[in-house]
Amino acid sequence: MKVRAQIAMVLNLDKCIGCHTCSITCKNVWTSREGMEYVWFNNVESKPGIGYPKQWENQDIWNGGWKLKGDGKLEPRQGSKLKILANIFGNPNLPEIDDYYEPFTFDYQHLQKAPLSETPPTARPISAITGEKMEKINWGPNWEDDLGGEFASRSRDKNFDNVQKEMHSTFENTFLMYLPRLCEHCLNPTCVASCPSGSIYKREEDGIVLVDQDKCRGWRMCISGCPYKKIYYNWKSGKAEKCTFCYPRIEAGQPTVCSESCVGRIRYLGVILYDADRIEEAASVTDPKELYEAQLKIFLDPNDPAVIAAARAEGVPEAWIESAAKSPVYKMAIDWKIAFPLHPEYRTLPMVWYVPPLSPIQAAAESGKMGMNGIIPDTQSLRIPITYLANLLTGGKEKPIVTALDRLLAMRAYMRGKSVEGVPNIAALDQVGLTSAQADEMYRYLAIANYEDRFVIPSTHREEAINTFEEKSSCGFTFGNGCSDGVSKPSLFGNRKNSVPVDLSQLHAKKKTG
Amino acid sequence: MSNLHNLLFGIYPYIALSIFFLGSLIRFDREQYTWKSDSSQMLRLKQLRLGSNLFHIGILFLFFGHAAGLLTPHWLYESLGLSTPNKQMLAIISGGLAGLACLAGVVILLHRRLTDPRIRATSKPMDIFIMVWILVTLLLGLISILYSLQHAEGGVMLALGAWAQHIVTFRAGAAEFIVSVPTIYKIHLFFGMTLFVLFPFSRLVHVWSGFASVSYVTRAWQLVRPRS
Repeated sequence: MKVRAQIAMVLNLDKCIGCHTCSITCKNVWTSREGMEYVWFNNVESKPGIGYPKQWENQDIWNGGWKLKGDGKLEPRQGSKLKILANIFGNPNLPEIDDYYEPFTFDYQHLQKAPLSETPPTARPISAITGEKMEKINWGPNWEDDLGGEFASRSRDKNFDNVQKEMHSTFENTFLMYLPRLCEHCLNPTCVASCPSGSIYKREEDGIVLVDQDKCRGWRMCISGCPYKKIYYNWKSGKAEKCTFCYPRIEAGQPTVCSESCVGRIRYLGVILYDADRIEEAASVTDPKELYEAQLKIFLDPNDPAVIAAARAEGVPEAWIESAAKSPVYKMAIDWKIAFPLHPEYRTLPMVWYVPPLSPIQAAAESGKMGMNGIIPDTQSLRIPITYLANLLTGGKEKPIVTALDRLLAMRAYMRGKSVEGVPNIAALDQVGLTSAQADEMYRYLAIANYEDRFVIPSTHREEAINTFEEKSSCGFTFGNGCSDGVSKPSLFGNRKNSVPVDLSQLHAKKKTG
Repeated sequence: MSNLHNLLFGIYPYIALSIFFLGSLIRFDREQYTWKSDSSQMLRLKQLRLGSNLFHIGILFLFFGHAAGLLTPHWLYESLGLSTPNKQMLAIISGGLAGLACLAGVVILLHRRLTDPRIRATSKPMDIFIMVWILVTLLLGLISILYSLQHAEGGVMLALGAWAQHIVTFRAGAAEFIVSVPTIYKIHLFFGMTLFVLFPFSRLVHVWSGFASVSYVTRAWQLVRPRS
């Protein structure tokens, strides 16, 4: 047993309202730079939908993630090491920027400078790459927001596999859920495995996956390797960049920006202890439906004295061991089994998990057709098909999803009884195998969601904690020499033409003087 | 032998190689963030895969072909049973095919770079300059094949080989071997050597990393690093 610790995240989709605050705050801190305009380390997609980049979940198109070879060994789906090297001159699995969207700003000046005319002037979009006017904006990180667009397009969603999707095309039967997405900081990341220059790595202490900006050579195999398409190519710097899990904040014991700013309080951060020796074993399970449970099995019980001793032997700090015992992620993933990994069938063992959303049963109830499962509503009568959620979160296995939804429903029935009728509904809990103590705790974590319950992050002992707000929109990483962005002017080695029509430096100068 | 000839083919090779090695070293040491392939594939897929594959495979073959052809001692391939005329014919055919592949590739890539608005807007002047330089060098090399066909006995090839071998082994009088080779070869040599001068100042530095990436084959899939 080799104990390693990782900061993991759970998102309670049952409470996500799709406000995109996480995306915006992340954008402002991390990707408001040239070459990164099109990049959203965190974006929120409306489901069903094909997402950003288009159809990222369809690995028949992108060949991301891992595949199991005939001999039971794992190999990136995009190919063996030799094949990856052979594709280095032209990557056949690389998305084009139009699969995300062509970055743009608007010609706002025209609104002020246009001559008097019959019709009001418009601010046309300008490409941030070429500086030329664009005819039309075609896609974006939340293009299908709130089911925007026609059903024919969003029904290409891969999670509709084995669902009779035509049924959900009518207004009465349609369904909607939000899926906030960020880097999964996987235990078995394909991006790391695909990098020919070895510039991507997983941090030993906290499991955060990072790109060494100096060592990245722009071979772009990580972008096609990652099945979640959460590694991005900075077209200005020619380097791969990705979600950093806000590691400067995590190191200081603070939650990531997306978690901190979430108005629905749906995000949870905590330590998970796992057995690093069994990663390969868990990722190589033959049946994709068993991958979720295989990953659960390599998580270690933080209250088990043997685990604690082994963690100490591996040099896991005491504060981390203590935090692991209080981890909200552990409670949701293992104690209550209501959180699931995103697409475990990619075999990356992702570490950002999701609580599946409940959905209205009103239509069925009103027509008198509501199915009951004992004394809680039947999950099959929920608007979002169970198969759809299972395709998203358990590789197609429906039973764990049903159990989780039943538990969420039972917790509500129990609390409704307790607070409205004055009689706790114990029968509902018995039906789903929860104790009243567990249900009370679930209520506290899911409904109240106190800050200190949601975020249990041990700080690293970096005594000189810096004020990261001051670093906003600055280099963020160590770009070459100090804060040089590598394109010093004048430079012996030349630089790319500044193609953004908006001069950000003036904006900053104004802010300082004003 | 004129002073200019000696400067270009006796001294310039060493200047070029010094800039090539030292320049690469300094850039790697000081500006590693700028050390990259600078791929433009994700801005525009069109033309890239065909052009880039043809170009890279062609130019890599030409690079190794030149290295092996020029630097293999005369006695070695003779003792292997390869006569000088046959060796020249082998070089002409294989180099000619690789050269044509490379030419097709570089023309496609240059066309893409100059006509696609996205690629044009994000190109550094050096990106375009280096491609044109490679194109000219390549064309000169392909034209020189026509001259080589007139010297089927391989005398020019031997002279060029002797020159290159004397340069890399630091023997005096290298330039004298090629005093009488046709001018087209000399211009090709100058353009070729200058490519080494331009190397550290352009995106060509990614060639080093391309060769280094071969070590990927023996690497473990996963990399874990302690926090620095």
